[in-house]
Amino acid sequence: MSNGAFPKIADPTLEPELIRRCYQSMITSRVLESKLSSLYKAGKIVGGVYLGTGQEAISGSLGVLLKRGRDIFSPLIRDQAGRIAFEEDLLDATRTYLGSAQGPMRGRDGNVHRGRPLEGMPAMISHLGVGLSLVTGMLLARRLKGALTGVVGGTSVGDGATSTGSFHEGLNMAAVEKLPLVVVVADNQFAYSTPRERQFACKSLLERAAGYGVSGFEVDGTDFIACLQTVKQAVDSARAGGGPQLVVARLLRLCGHGEHDDASYVPPELRDSNLGRDCLEVARAQLLDMGMVTESEISAWQDEATERVQEAVAIAQKERGPDPYQEDWRATSTSGMQS
Amino acid sequence: MSLTYIDAIHQAQAELLRDDDSVFLYGQDIGAFGGAFKATKGLKEIYPERVLDAPISEDAMIGLSVGAAIEGMKPIIEMQFADFSSVAFNQLVNQAGTHYYRTGVPVPITVRMPCGGTPGSGPFHSQMIESLYGHYPGLVVVTPATVSDAYHLLKQSVNLPDPVIFCEHKFLYRWLKSEKIEETNLPLSKARIVRSGKHATVVTYSAMVHEAVRAAEKLEKEGWEIEVVDLRSIKPLDTDCVISSVARTGRLLALGESFPWGGVTAEVVSRVVAEGFHLLDAPPMRLNAKDTPIPYHPDLWAAHRPTPESIIQKLRELLSL
Repeated sequence: MSNGAFPKIADPTLEPELIRRCYQSMITSRVLESKLSSLYKAGKIVGGVYLGTGQEAISGSLGVLLKRGRDIFSPLIRDQAGRIAFEEDLLDATRTYLGSAQGPMRGRDGNVHRGRPLEGMPAMISHLGVGLSLVTGMLLARRLKGALTGVVGGTSVGDGATSTGSFHEGLNMAAVEKLPLVVVVADNQFAYSTPRERQFACKSLLERAAGYGVSGFEVDGTDFIACLQTVKQAVDSARAGGGPQLVVARLLRLCGHGEHDDASYVPPELRDSNLGRDCLEVARAQLLDMGMVTESEISAWQDEATERVQEAVAIAQKERGPDPYQEDWRATSTSGMQS
Repeated sequence: MSLTYIDAIHQAQAELLRDDDSVFLYGQDIGAFGGAFKATKGLKEIYPERVLDAPISEDAMIGLSVGAAIEGMKPIIEMQFADFSSVAFNQLVNQAGTHYYRTGVPVPITVRMPCGGTPGSGPFHSQMIESLYGHYPGLVVVTPATVSDAYHLLKQSVNLPDPVIFCEHKFLYRWLKSEKIEETNLPLSKARIVRSGKHATVVTYSAMVHEAVRAAEKLEKEGWEIEVVDLRSIKPLDTDCVISSVARTGRLLALGESFPWGGVTAEVVSRVVAEGFHLLDAPPMRLNAKDTPIPYHPDLWAAHRPTPESIIQKLRELLSL
């Protein structure tokens, strides 16, 4: 960590319980992802493992500020912390990664491609930027049903996704409809291996907000309290009828694109810079400094996370994968549509 | 009082909006303007909240429809021209098409695709797209050829819990008229024998049904009895109807307006050969548009797609074997 000087006073609008819950989600996410990485390296997970190391603060902030059962959260690849904060069951993660037939995706899709669409959490596809219009459609449906009051739809992307046509079309569409969409951009310096200067030419992605006619925020994505404060402002503003919000968090992905990638393209000086701080360490120092949590509580949360993760992995590992002979091999809900 | 093909689409949408609050229309210029082809004329005035103009964002239009469908709505998306759906290809095949299989949650979207050629429309306002979407799992693809089918199939499509690519042929919009909407119990998945015959079967769909009938009428004067099968939906494809027709005639011509490489006509031929080889008295044939972009000039355009003349020529060849 580069320094220990953090704001002493937390935002009075941030409830201590919310701050603590977010940090706990971040801890649990780190423990879970570390376990998933081990399972991948041991050959127990097929395909890939994609972590959100270093992005837990911004992801968790969005997840914790959205309410399961009311709001919509459309997570992307590096949102394990946000998923936990939005109360996704750890079993959904372990079952999907380990290919259990009992998971929400039943082995039909894997790893981060999971969700519970009917509970406000769509399952991402790999093509970037498409979540913006999807959430916009979910919000439009709520408006048409007269059930939009107080609802926010949040989604995450990385800096790479901002180069897609889908991102542009989706944000513009949400802005035209003035829907409560909060888009969090984790500007994590690299899209896979491509540095941001090969991705876009504006100084900051924040500049994009004005072009779409939406509110824009920029935040140090390594600063836990700042992330919570900023995302809260954006979510509150969307909830109050302020239309779409764009939050850009500057940070560094502290892992490879996936666990197959050693991220050797990240220059050491960037790792050593302020961007390379670990948001979990920053959060720990901030919360201890504010007296919001004690060392022993953190330690207990770590232990609890380890136990919960072990249990979720153990359950999923015992479960059967899908049986190709029992599979109905049907891509439509109506029978007879494939002939 | 006669009704055109586009009137039938308008009427179906008006009734769907009237009868079901979960139906809404979204597309470019479909609001006060009533749509490029007037398929939504006047509907915005009656249902201001549920007939919405979209920005020129085909990708996001489909993304929005899938999101709304997850939340229980039945969106009807008007693609201004089917050609522009290439911009939405990703959302159609990867978002909409995979959704039920991946998550178990069906997404009842209907995408109206004004397709097919009209004179002077050129390469980017004339395309047929049914083969493209038929290739992908999770999408239902319907291709109405008659006024009544335009009406019934649109209503059935919207009430189907799965994504439907609704291919409405622009050439039929105002040219094709009917005294009334015929009552029918025929499900979307079933083909229809338009004209019965015993010497050869033409399997086709959409506007080519009418070209095939014209060809058949001319050949009838020479004593040939040509059976014409209208597939109505190309996915699902009513193989039973096709095979039983070939069983009666022994000869097959698969006819389509789309490009010749692969596609519906190739699928029809391959199914008949695989499942009904013994029924064939001659090698099955295909006739499609030419393998070039669709030309602008009316003379080139008319020769690019199958015509009654080129269909007759192909049928003569088939009947001579």
